[in-house]
Amino acid sequence: MTVMPDVQVLSFRDAVREGIRDAMRRDERVFLMGEDVGRYGGGFGVSLGLLEEFGEERVRDTPLSESGFVGAGIGAALGGMRPIVEIMTVNFSLLALDQILNTAATLRHMSGGQFNVPLVIRMTTGAGRQLAAQHSHSLEGFYAHIPGLRVVSPATVEDGFGMLATALEDPDPVVIFEHGSLYNEKGELPQPAAPVDIDFARVRRGGDDLTLITHGGSLRLCLTAADQLAADGISAEVIDLRTLRPLDDQTVMASVARTHRAVVVDEGWRSVGMSAEVAARVAEECFYDLDAPVGRVASVEVPIPYPRHLEQAALPSVERVVAAAERAVGRRG
Amino acid sequence: MVDGMLGSAVQLLTPEGERVADEDYDISLSNAELKGLYRDMVLVRRLDSEATALQRQGELGLWASSLGQEAAQVGSGRSLLPGDYAFPTYRDHGVTWSRGVPPLEVLAMFRGVSTGGWDPIALRCAIYTIVIGNQALHAVGYGMGAQLDGSSEAVIGYFGDGATDEGDVNEAFVFAADFNAPVVFFCQNNQWAISSPRERKNPAPLYERAAGFGFPGVRVDGNDILAVMAVTRAALERARSGGGPTLVEAYTYRMAAHTTSDDPTRYRHAEELEIWRLRDPIERLKVFLARQGIADRGYFDQIDREAADLAVMIRDGVRSMPEPPAETMFDHVYAEPHEQLERQRRWLVDYESSFTHEVSS
Ligand SMILES: Cc1ncc(C[n+]2csc(CCOP(=O)(O)OP(=O)(O)O)c2C)c(N)n1
Ligand SMILES: [Mg+2]
Repeated sequence: MTVMPDVQVLSFRDAVREGIRDAMRRDERVFLMGEDVGRYGGGFGVSLGLLEEFGEERVRDTPLSESGFVGAGIGAALGGMRPIVEIMTVNFSLLALDQILNTAATLRHMSGGQFNVPLVIRMTTGAGRQLAAQHSHSLEGFYAHIPGLRVVSPATVEDGFGMLATALEDPDPVVIFEHGSLYNEKGELPQPAAPVDIDFARVRRGGDDLTLITHGGSLRLCLTAADQLAADGISAEVIDLRTLRPLDDQTVMASVARTHRAVVVDEGWRSVGMSAEVAARVAEECFYDLDAPVGRVASVEVPIPYPRHLEQAALPSVERVVAAAERAVGRRG
Repeated sequence: MVDGMLGSAVQLLTPEGERVADEDYDISLSNAELKGLYRDMVLVRRLDSEATALQRQGELGLWASSLGQEAAQVGSGRSLLPGDYAFPTYRDHGVTWSRGVPPLEVLAMFRGVSTGGWDPIALRCAIYTIVIGNQALHAVGYGMGAQLDGSSEAVIGYFGDGATDEGDVNEAFVFAADFNAPVVFFCQNNQWAISSPRERKNPAPLYERAAGFGFPGVRVDGNDILAVMAVTRAALERARSGGGPTLVEAYTYRMAAHTTSDDPTRYRHAEELEIWRLRDPIERLKVFLARQGIADRGYFDQIDREAADLAVMIRDGVRSMPEPPAETMFDHVYAEPHEQLERQRRWLVDYESSFTHEVSS
């Protein structure tokens, strides 16, 4: 008897592409549009080959106008289509912010529940690739601030594939953040590949001494830090938030109630960001369980620098996560 | 055919280097000026090829090549008076060159050892804009300010064909028309916006858009430096004398990749490049200068030697640029430091030194 492999190993980039392909095969209402998504395959090669398979009607190279294609995506969604809009990077989503925040996120409310916007917006996020201040934002927390949006941050190949299908089923606008450092990362996709929930956080590594809470591109940092901490006899639990809005408090609080210590790791700027929100919730809900102040590892509050060594110094790193964890468990001053 | 509509463009010098007449535009330049334009273009091309090579060697983070667009950039840049103001894009090395920006200050930015690069006030040339289309509005606003000041300066805003899709550029057109701003919109239609082919996607000529906004638009052969200068000078003069905005579409071609991280063989054919190679802006001026007896072999050789010296200066200069210390990232966030940022600066300095200490001990 031959045993069929029950996982496929592929890159995050390929997983997202397979997710799009799968959705487009299953549902004729799904189409992809954005800058250079056709022959070029998108800014990060995610859509390579899709034009050839689905044609120009369903894989649309748009004019260079972010507000244009997000606005048109909203219109198509209102008309019953299921558009996937790719914004080259989060940085340029700011040119479409009015369409996203003022319109996509509020139309259900403004129409008394009569209109809904089943639009999926994908964008690359994050720094670390020496692209300078205007190409290095991490605005997940910024978008997670907005009622009416669902904001997801896949960190694994399985989520890269599976969150998209679920997002397309969602009657409301979903923003998917793909961290630029993930595209070449390889991982396992269970077979047959299937949609995954976009409701719950996941424990990616069990531990007892403290909880590292993170998402997206920072998950790897935390897992590596957890390995190093383990070598030092510190057992860290790692939680991947996955969905940033609405946030799954339960998984986080259950863990912190058990470990009594928490460090939040997020690539966004420290003040008023995702890390601030999670830390505040832990303080509100787990105050009496905590044995140490909630720690945070986030980006330094400057426009992200271009020189490699400055950029690395500005961003969360494995060393900084380890240092924050050691402080939380009382191993450092 | 990607060059389908070059026909309607103002041209004073054919690709073969023949001087031709245009109904509306002409230019008369001294021999020294003509030779100077040749020199500018050769040196800018050398700056560009050195930078591309340095990026390949890992000495620059990124480079956006101006190859093939020298006439459009130098021709328009050299049309500016000293008091005029320019807003260039990331690709406009011929513009910054013409404004007197030292090449190493451009390269320092792409190397990532300096943020702003040159002095945008003294040189009357803004830093490069990277977010597509933004600067078109800045050019208009700058012009509105000049109007208020009662100054007679003109402003030139550069952008690409792709940028004309953005709201910002179209809004800039509306503003410039409404306020009769002393601005020249200089669009380099290099046929490509990364992988997006301008005319295959939308064949409506870009310069014709201006009419709908209420100001003149003109297409010029962007590889003909004489025509570019004639058209740009006229547009700048119109702006200075209260005539309002003009859209200049310089019809040209991006001969290199979009940037050093792009591979254009994925989306365009080599034949297209061959067509445009025959229209090279430097070659045609060289032929013209030689045929007219304005410059001889000795002159061309001298410029080549100058280019070689420039290359050495660039290579040595770039490699010896000092790396900024990490805490300089806090220097230009606000005019005045504040406590929150100072705390982070101190934290970083302490953290970095504790780290170095651990490593060295
Ligand atoms: C607002 C915005 N969207 C997307 C990008 C990514 N991007 C960089 S250059 C470019 C193409 C620009 O084409 P064009 O305006 O023709 O200028 P060219 O590069 O050809 O000089 C794009 C889409 C960006 N920098 N800014
Ligand atoms: Mg272009």
